[in-house]
Amino acid sequence: MLRLILSRLVAAIPVMGVVAIFVFLMLRLSPGDPAAILAGDAATPEVIAAIRADLGFDRPIWEQFVTWIGQLMQGNLGHSVFSKQPVATLIGQRVEPTISLAICTLLFAIIVAVPMGILAAWKQGSWLDRGIMAMSVAGFSIPVFVLGYILIFFFSMKLDIFPVQGFASLRDGLPGFLHRIALPTLALSFIYIALFARITRAAMLDVLGEDYIRTAHAKGLKDHVVLVKHALRNAAIPIVSVIGIGFALLIGGVVITETVFNIPGIGRLVVDAVLARDYPIIQGIILLFSGIYVLINLAIDVAYVILDPRIRY
Amino acid sequence: MTRGSAMRSRRFNMVVSAIGLSIGLGLLTGAPLDALAQDNKKVLKFIPHSGLRITDPIITTAFISRNHGYMIYDTLFGVDDKMQVQPQMVEKYELSGDKLTYTFTLRDGLKFHNGAPVTTADVIASLQRWGKADGMGQKLFSYTKELTAVNDKTFQLVLKEPYGLVLDSLGKPSSNVPFIMPKAMADTPHTQNVPDEIGSGPYRMVKAEFQPGVKVVYEKNPDYKPRSEAPAFMSGGKVVKLDRVEWITMSDPQTAMNAILKGEVDIWEQASYDLLPELKKSKDVEVKDFGPLGMNYMMRMNWLQPPLDNVKVRQALQAALYQEDYLAAQVGDPEYYKVCGAMFGCSTPLKSDDGAVGLKKPDLAKAKKMLAESGYKGEKIVIMAPTDLNSISQLPLVTAPALKAIGVNVDLQSMDWQTLVGRRAKMDPVDQGGWHIFHTAWGTADMMNPIANAGVRGLGKTGGFFGWTEDAEIEKLRDAYARETDPAKQKDLASQVQKRAYELVMYVPLGEYFQPSAIRKNVSGMLPSPAYVLWNVEKK
Repeated sequence: MLRLILSRLVAAIPVMGVVAIFVFLMLRLSPGDPAAILAGDAATPEVIAAIRADLGFDRPIWEQFVTWIGQLMQGNLGHSVFSKQPVATLIGQRVEPTISLAICTLLFAIIVAVPMGILAAWKQGSWLDRGIMAMSVAGFSIPVFVLGYILIFFFSMKLDIFPVQGFASLRDGLPGFLHRIALPTLALSFIYIALFARITRAAMLDVLGEDYIRTAHAKGLKDHVVLVKHALRNAAIPIVSVIGIGFALLIGGVVITETVFNIPGIGRLVVDAVLARDYPIIQGIILLFSGIYVLINLAIDVAYVILDPRIRY
Repeated sequence: MTRGSAMRSRRFNMVVSAIGLSIGLGLLTGAPLDALAQDNKKVLKFIPHSGLRITDPIITTAFISRNHGYMIYDTLFGVDDKMQVQPQMVEKYELSGDKLTYTFTLRDGLKFHNGAPVTTADVIASLQRWGKADGMGQKLFSYTKELTAVNDKTFQLVLKEPYGLVLDSLGKPSSNVPFIMPKAMADTPHTQNVPDEIGSGPYRMVKAEFQPGVKVVYEKNPDYKPRSEAPAFMSGGKVVKLDRVEWITMSDPQTAMNAILKGEVDIWEQASYDLLPELKKSKDVEVKDFGPLGMNYMMRMNWLQPPLDNVKVRQALQAALYQEDYLAAQVGDPEYYKVCGAMFGCSTPLKSDDGAVGLKKPDLAKAKKMLAESGYKGEKIVIMAPTDLNSISQLPLVTAPALKAIGVNVDLQSMDWQTLVGRRAKMDPVDQGGWHIFHTAWGTADMMNPIANAGVRGLGKTGGFFGWTEDAEIEKLRDAYARETDPAKQKDLASQVQKRAYELVMYVPLGEYFQPSAIRKNVSGMLPSPAYVLWNVEKK
């Protein structure tokens, strides 16, 4: 196991290197000028040129790349072109809301969707199965921002139960944290509930027809023991894969939810940075995302080994 | 059950109980459970028009940085509601008989947020830095022989020749405002952000809570000594009646509207026009405009690129445009816009319609004829259209069909605003990434005279605004305006500048508009002003 983890981490280094080169070149070749944006609408070309020189964006691309890589080697992601704050600090400020939202969403979706998928498979063809699958279709069809506004309308504006917007850190207390994160979690988890329920149902249907399930029933085991202990464990591999991918997508794809609920997370940071051409922030976040994706893939592989002892790497 | 499993069970029960309790509390009482939702009459929650990222109001002309500047810095002078310049940090000033030497004395008791007194060394360093960045500052310093300290409280500005805009420059209300910073900060090159946030203004910034683009927190500066005069625009007593102000950025207008309707915030600086009807229905929220000078839409042409290097083509294009079309498309509600031909603002002392075009429905047949006679051969005209900036996104969509209607070969290119900002700085030909036309919006306070208004500069490639309009005649008129000290003669010169600018089509004014705020009715004391200011405000 340790060998697997170490070998994957070593293999991640060239992957991150390729990502770094690709991101750097893409940003430098795309249109936009951070100096002109920084200077503002009424700035003269002379002032813009002076700012550009000061930021080093007038230097050859290879020279800028070498400078950036040199900083990275020292663990320095650079500074924001606009706020001048260290990129690591800015990411640090925004990680908690995004990770909190992603984890709450994932947990809620798993808790709701996996039992739904099991039930749908167990009662295949019944009204329960059709009802769950219909809900799943609705989950895929309703955009998260629409659901978000609907939830805000009812639970915040009409019933006055939850706040409209904002994020409260867990450090400031669990009640406040949950009060703020509840609606965004509900809105964002809908599509993941749909996804996980469908995958769980499909995976369970595959294994429920196996001989060992029939044997388990023949032994006189209760239904829930057969479903959970014998069927679910053997159906877990595709479910875990999708949950892992879902988590990775959540980290990078929560921007709409963050915008609707005004959560100051990584999604908004990266969108704002892209719109403002704040190169160091974009580079830092994409490197962070690629690192997270590598770690999530590693965690999925480790989970495979734990769930299915036949799997070897 | 083992001891370990019993403990795990207890922990699980505790977590479940906490979650249940939290949600239950919310369900039962609807009560706010966290600090963000607390109702405090000394805390004002404010949604600014954009997120603050650049905290240096000299390196950028962005309004959000300017407004931040007014929170934490102070100015030597400020304009009042009659656009007269009044002393602010300055106690008194004198002008010598030969009109060449201004002697300024600072007020007693001025202190920076770090406790250090404000001295003339700080003032001189701040003005010198501003003078390198700002258009009016550059002009002022081009007429300045020397700026020297007499002592810690008194300094002198000696001119090379009489200059009529000394006080107007020092009391400039909008970007770049000559804010006074400690010398150590002001010694930073004007092309770099200042390293700290220390001013001597009515509020001080809480740096530990600053999240760029998300949240800025200010607290009352207990050392600030407001002037005794009543506040008016940027002048008079800046009395702080709140302990804390939080700027909370909200990029989604719907969320901002919900937040203010529910009382989670107190003021929304720029409420979206399309949401105003909903806001006006609320008994708790008022919709009001606090920017009496307004803003102005404009269209800028690139004089370097054929066929727009031909004045007759530019005049034909200008003749096809109609302000009302732009204002109706972009703003919609006539309550918040005004057809305005004045290049220096319709609410300023230099208000004039002299030479104005586009105020009445255009005669398209005449415009077509002008285009035919101009020598235009059907060349492609590239219009840059920003799709992500709601405040101006409709303008190019009005220009394109208006120009097509007179036979112009229009190439409307969609892009995000920041791509446009980068591209408009290019002087290259169109097939190498250049451009012909872009639209923007300026605050009246930024264009209220021929020196402040970058659109009427005739400096071409060196010192001109994008589009690089070049004309020696208009530069002579601007210089004459700058030297003139008689307001009546200044007005006449401004009129001549405007006529010349319309004749050459330096830019096309597309009308004046007003951006109302949404404000909770328990908030009072908001002051009309060219820049958004939060002194004198209180909550009940």
